[in-house]
Amino acid sequence: MFRALRSQRSFAHGVHPPQAKDDTRDLPIKQFPFAPVMIVPLSQHIGKPALPVVREGQEVERGQLLARPDGFMSVAMHAPASAVVQRIALAPGISGKMTQAIFLKPFPGSSQEVSEGEPCELSSATPEDILLAIQQAGIVGLGGAAFPTHVKLKVPAGKSIDTLIINGVECEPYLTTDHRVMVEQQGDIFTGVRYLLKATGAKGAIIAVEANKLDVAAALRDALPADLPATVQVVAVKYPQGAEKMLIQALLGRQVPSGGLPSDVDVVTVNVATTAEIGRLLPHGRGIQERVITIGGPAIRKKGNYRIPIGTPLRFALEYAGMDEHLSRVFLGGPMMGQALPSLDIPITKGTSGFIAFTDSQTAALPEYPCIHCAYCVEACPLFLNPSQLGLLARAGQYERMADEYHLLDCFECGSCSYVCPAHIPLVQRFRAAKTLVRKRRAAV
Amino acid sequence: MSERRRTLEIHTSPHIASGAGVDVIMRNVVYALLPVAAFAIYSFGLAAALTIGVAVVSCIATEHLLCRLAAAPSTVRDWSVTITGLLYGLTLPPALPLWMAACGGFIGVAMAKFLFGGLGYNAFNPALVGRAFLQAAFPAALTSWTPAFADERFLTLPASTLTLPFAAPVYDGVSGATPLALFKFEDRLTDTGDLLLGLTSGSAGETCALLILAGGVYLAARRMLNWRIPAAILATVALVSWAAHGLSPQDYPPAGFMVFSGGLMLGAVFMATDMVASPITHAGCVIYGVLIGVLVCMIRFWGGMPEGVMYAILLANAVSPHIDSLVRPRVFGTRGTQ
Repeated sequence: MFRALRSQRSFAHGVHPPQAKDDTRDLPIKQFPFAPVMIVPLSQHIGKPALPVVREGQEVERGQLLARPDGFMSVAMHAPASAVVQRIALAPGISGKMTQAIFLKPFPGSSQEVSEGEPCELSSATPEDILLAIQQAGIVGLGGAAFPTHVKLKVPAGKSIDTLIINGVECEPYLTTDHRVMVEQQGDIFTGVRYLLKATGAKGAIIAVEANKLDVAAALRDALPADLPATVQVVAVKYPQGAEKMLIQALLGRQVPSGGLPSDVDVVTVNVATTAEIGRLLPHGRGIQERVITIGGPAIRKKGNYRIPIGTPLRFALEYAGMDEHLSRVFLGGPMMGQALPSLDIPITKGTSGFIAFTDSQTAALPEYPCIHCAYCVEACPLFLNPSQLGLLARAGQYERMADEYHLLDCFECGSCSYVCPAHIPLVQRFRAAKTLVRKRRAAV
Repeated sequence: MSERRRTLEIHTSPHIASGAGVDVIMRNVVYALLPVAAFAIYSFGLAAALTIGVAVVSCIATEHLLCRLAAAPSTVRDWSVTITGLLYGLTLPPALPLWMAACGGFIGVAMAKFLFGGLGYNAFNPALVGRAFLQAAFPAALTSWTPAFADERFLTLPASTLTLPFAAPVYDGVSGATPLALFKFEDRLTDTGDLLLGLTSGSAGETCALLILAGGVYLAARRMLNWRIPAAILATVALVSWAAHGLSPQDYPPAGFMVFSGGLMLGAVFMATDMVASPITHAGCVIYGVLIGVLVCMIRFWGGMPEGVMYAILLANAVSPHIDSLVRPRVFGTRGTQ
């Protein structure tokens, strides 16, 4: 461990959860079949829901535009399969809240062919053209945040970007989607990097890979086109190395200011799968209709990496992958930051990087003890917050103090503090609640 | 498929946790203390075994009964009160009347732990509060020592051990003054080798510096003890006494003697490192350790008593929350700003 820390760049603090990637890291991406009914929510991203441009009963082709962006903080939606629009109605979302969604009934034997659109030519496009094409393609951060990529790439007035970081760290346990994309879609990634360099004006790109994927780093280095101003760099295996602020610190030694954005230190970071999608879709003017996810965890029989149509109901996906009798907890994303599902009837969306299922024997509730000041959380927090103190203040309901004195709003909920807490205090859960309350109160003022 | 009903657990992230729980940490501290307790019994015999036993039982019983009284689930299974009992017993003179040992255990757990809200909320180390109570209530009994390695120590008990409650204890003729008392009152210096090996007189568990250090190293290696606290305490005491001894060798003892004598090693390794009552940041722990070291030297040099570790740690416990609010980690991305 110490040798790894010395030889590879990283950030201070963090944790080392078990990787649990061996089951799926070497399994090639497989195409997932179409479900009998698909549910495409109009809001799969942070921002305003898209506006439907189809009507009930209409037949749509795979790849056809279903909904257009409503303003700048919004992206387009495309049909994941050739289908009939059954209805546009409320469907359960991950948070348990009902949101508007387009229900599609795919035609039997719907082909994998995708209709082409207006290509975005790399040579002639301006940065604005590329951002618009990314928005029209419905691209959002595929790492899990689902933040509209074109908004992220928009360089604020008065700022300039010198480095583009392509984030292939994938530090969440179990997930191997970025890994497989980097093995199988290197051409798409390099094309995506070209679009991104042009869109942001960055002088160079760094493709960052965690040291548990050295094979990928070597392969990417070999395949790197000579004229592409990019390097492949390896960072230490540590969680949350893939967090934007931690990655920028590790690669460039720059600290994104508290409350600031990567552009404040002249950097923009884009997830590697997002980059690959940009490289794959923009030259053909297509939109996102599918994404790569890892289906894994001890309660899954056919573990693997799948290219799955957006809108596939989770129940269908789980039944296809084969689930254990004793399935008791399913979460979208990795075990550190993923969200547990309230029901199996919600669809896979653009932000779903995987789903992991545990059996009931793995989810036995751990007894909660009082905080004993062990300082494990203080040593784990990558942002140097004091989770112990924040937890005590949350218990006392002192939310304003948490925000004003202890930088609550900097917390990005990586889960390191809860992971190491020997008292099994649900710290992150308390911080989430506190953040929501503080934001609501501040918005009301 | 559809008729099979499933219950899905909804739980917020993270969905995995690392191994050690509070009870595991506490149990390991008990493991680290067991060799120290074993040596105490070996060197002071039956009396030490009874004193430590009564101390442990009184602490555990107090916590259990108070939890029952408060109609709350008993917390004795988290092992923390076992540590309190062991530590408290190890700080007592081996020939202490047993009823006094029981009283101190009750006071320490009831007043310093339970009244503050139980584990995690105690401002002071309960074991030391129990001992401080005894020191105030029965100063003579707390400074009456028996010699180590007495011949009949496994066969006979000192007369004082079985003293009836509130009767004045009677001590056998032989007394074993502690190295600190010998230095303070008789100007006699004990050999450092004897201090390391525990060949001297003193409180039951404070004599063998090497075993205590070994326990500390074990816990520090398992990240269950912040080594910065004992390191800061011992370094401070060594530095201050080295300077004082250099200036005036006849008034002040040499550094080796200061570091390895009395309750300093036990206090620095096992008492000051009580997670609940010590600061949370590394920098805070160093400040806290230095403070304890300075206080120990001040009390030992200029106080009326030969030993000052207990009061030094209790005083530092009191300022520990203030150290935490003064010394905070610099939040990521706030360099150069406030």
